[in-house]
Amino acid sequence: MAGSGTAHLRDGADPLLRVEHLVVEFPAGVGRKVHAVSDVSFDVVEGETLGLVGESGCGKSTTGRAVVQIPRPTSGSVVFDGRDLTKLHHEELRRIRPQIQMIFQDPISSLNPRRRVTDIVAEPLVVWGRGKSAEREVKVREAFEAVGLDYDSASGRRPHQFSGGQCQRISIARALMLDPKLLICDEPVSALDVSVQAQILNLLEDMKERYGLTMVFIAHDLAVVKNVSDRIAVMYLGKICEVASADDLYRSPRHPYTNALLQSIPVPDPEVPPAGENLALSGELPSPIDPPSGCRFRTRCPRAQARCAEEEPIIREIDPTHFVACHFPVMEEAGEGAGSAGGRLFGAQAGSSAADEGSAGAASDGPASEGAASAEAASAEGDSGVAVDPAAPPYSAA
Amino acid sequence: MHDPAPERPAGIAGPSDALAPSATMVGGGSPSVELEPELLGSELAPDAEFETARRGLGFGFWLSVGWLTVIVLLAVLADILPLEDPNATFVGAPGLGPGLHHLLGTDELGRDLLSRVIFGSRVSLIVGFTSIAVGMLIGGSIGLAAGYFRGKIDAIVTGLANILLAFPALVLALAIVTFMGPSLFHVTLAISILAIGPLTLLVRGSTIVFSQREFVVAARLLGAKSWRVVYREILANVLPGAMSLGLIAVAVAIVAEGALSFLGVSVRTPTASWGNMIAEGRIVMVQHPLITLWPAALMFLTVLALNFAGDRLRAYFDVREGAL
Repeated sequence: MAGSGTAHLRDGADPLLRVEHLVVEFPAGVGRKVHAVSDVSFDVVEGETLGLVGESGCGKSTTGRAVVQIPRPTSGSVVFDGRDLTKLHHEELRRIRPQIQMIFQDPISSLNPRRRVTDIVAEPLVVWGRGKSAEREVKVREAFEAVGLDYDSASGRRPHQFSGGQCQRISIARALMLDPKLLICDEPVSALDVSVQAQILNLLEDMKERYGLTMVFIAHDLAVVKNVSDRIAVMYLGKICEVASADDLYRSPRHPYTNALLQSIPVPDPEVPPAGENLALSGELPSPIDPPSGCRFRTRCPRAQARCAEEEPIIREIDPTHFVACHFPVMEEAGEGAGSAGGRLFGAQAGSSAADEGSAGAASDGPASEGAASAEAASAEGDSGVAVDPAAPPYSAA
Repeated sequence: MHDPAPERPAGIAGPSDALAPSATMVGGGSPSVELEPELLGSELAPDAEFETARRGLGFGFWLSVGWLTVIVLLAVLADILPLEDPNATFVGAPGLGPGLHHLLGTDELGRDLLSRVIFGSRVSLIVGFTSIAVGMLIGGSIGLAAGYFRGKIDAIVTGLANILLAFPALVLALAIVTFMGPSLFHVTLAISILAIGPLTLLVRGSTIVFSQREFVVAARLLGAKSWRVVYREILANVLPGAMSLGLIAVAVAIVAEGALSFLGVSVRTPTASWGNMIAEGRIVMVQHPLITLWPAALMFLTVLALNFAGDRLRAYFDVREGAL
């Protein structure tokens, strides 16, 4: 999977954000560099939430930072609302900044420990000289209430007097003060307790509706991403490997990496054996200083063949609005595994009784949809002329 | 000199009450910590000891701060204290030991030693604090810019600071002072120049750490201009650490002034400074060891107190940063 190419970009729609051929490299000693993000493209239409998933170190956060030009990407374009941010000068970029805001992973580090939280939330208004101090206070008070914090008890306090969840609420309040169009959430809940995660996700969802936000949601937690995203892009080692709507991706992952990720979601049911032993994904993420040739996933891929080392797969449409960058995508014979993975995921969200239903679903009402999927898969195979090796070990024999 | 003991309770009672509430909320709270040693000194009260220990600075810190307060107060108030003229000779018999009329005795010219060490402390304190203040202002600004903007500015600044550090400090100071002529101003200037190098690197390092924190990125994302990000987001975080190390730097500067004074290139005699008093007393050290001992002991205790207080503050802020 290496996922170069732009087949997944939507030409017809007028996207709010269109990132093309984004490359971010960092120097790593003499003559070497870290290929953090290599030729990544994606687009986000207004009102949509794009989930960006991948394991730690795959470049998803770097991608988020490159979109906001901190630091500026090595190459590629980031077109926001018709303007290429990479070509803007310092002052032009500064003027456009209020429209793109970001929420970070570490809620406490996101807030200056030496300033009062009310000043922190008022800062955006002060920076742009909006309103007099009394008007600012009214707006800050509204913002605090919007994110579910009591202004009066919070005023005068500093960030470390709040919990992680509260700090994240304050960050959200600050980010929304300038009425941004695009909100980039960089793992906004991964540092929080599970119970607080749900609150923050609900808050983000509310805010999205209330302010008409478009979001890029970066996370490594698949369950979280599925809940909030309309469309999901899966990243691996600086490349995009699969792009699809949230439902399609979870129901029928086509990329071996996505499939492995879904398999690795634990099932809250003691009857279901843990996926540990037949888990496809073993080993470590290769070094981004010296990424594998061809498809970057091939070193860990159960389906890898000689071609994968030689030729980088280009992203292509495998089902309608479902794009994958793989020479040998997961098709019918792994559909069973994928189906049960989907079932597991739903089960994980709905509770253990639903988990039973889900695994039963894979057997009972599963075949209909899988039949359709396999038909598509067959035709896709026919089109691309890629033969799936029937002898390939079914790595997901659940 | 004055016994510091009776001064303590008087100077302390009021402010320590004011600080008590902030000290009790430490569990989840943020006592705003003032850095002026003079202000800190006023907190040394017996009933506050428990609170201060809980705040993590310890008894030794407050003892150091108390000593510094006493020294600074004496230096500031020297003119209105009932002291002999420090330069008047034969106010008493030469070489007197400590006694009722001359608390610390007199030197071989019959000058009052108490008066001379107190007036002499002015030189050390002025040179020490002024040179570090100047070094901090210049070095700190350059270090902030280098650490925040990185790139070429950083490379140039780091290079220059390293060159400055590579000079043997005492030789450079001697060269400056002998070339320009010995005076309080020139000594301060020489030590300021020496201080710029290390303080630049210190502030730069700390700035780099904070520049990478998310709240700095957040401020940039809001569209805040660079000066605003540096001033509002970074400076307030760099300052506590820099100030506590600045106290240690003051100690180094006082020692450096003492050395220059001893070598006779600081303030000219008869104006007293700790360094030149030690140099003068050296000649008659066998007969009258106390003449050398008083300024040496004062300098020793002052430098020790500055080092200790600075070190405790640095550790204190380090821990607090770690907890954040």
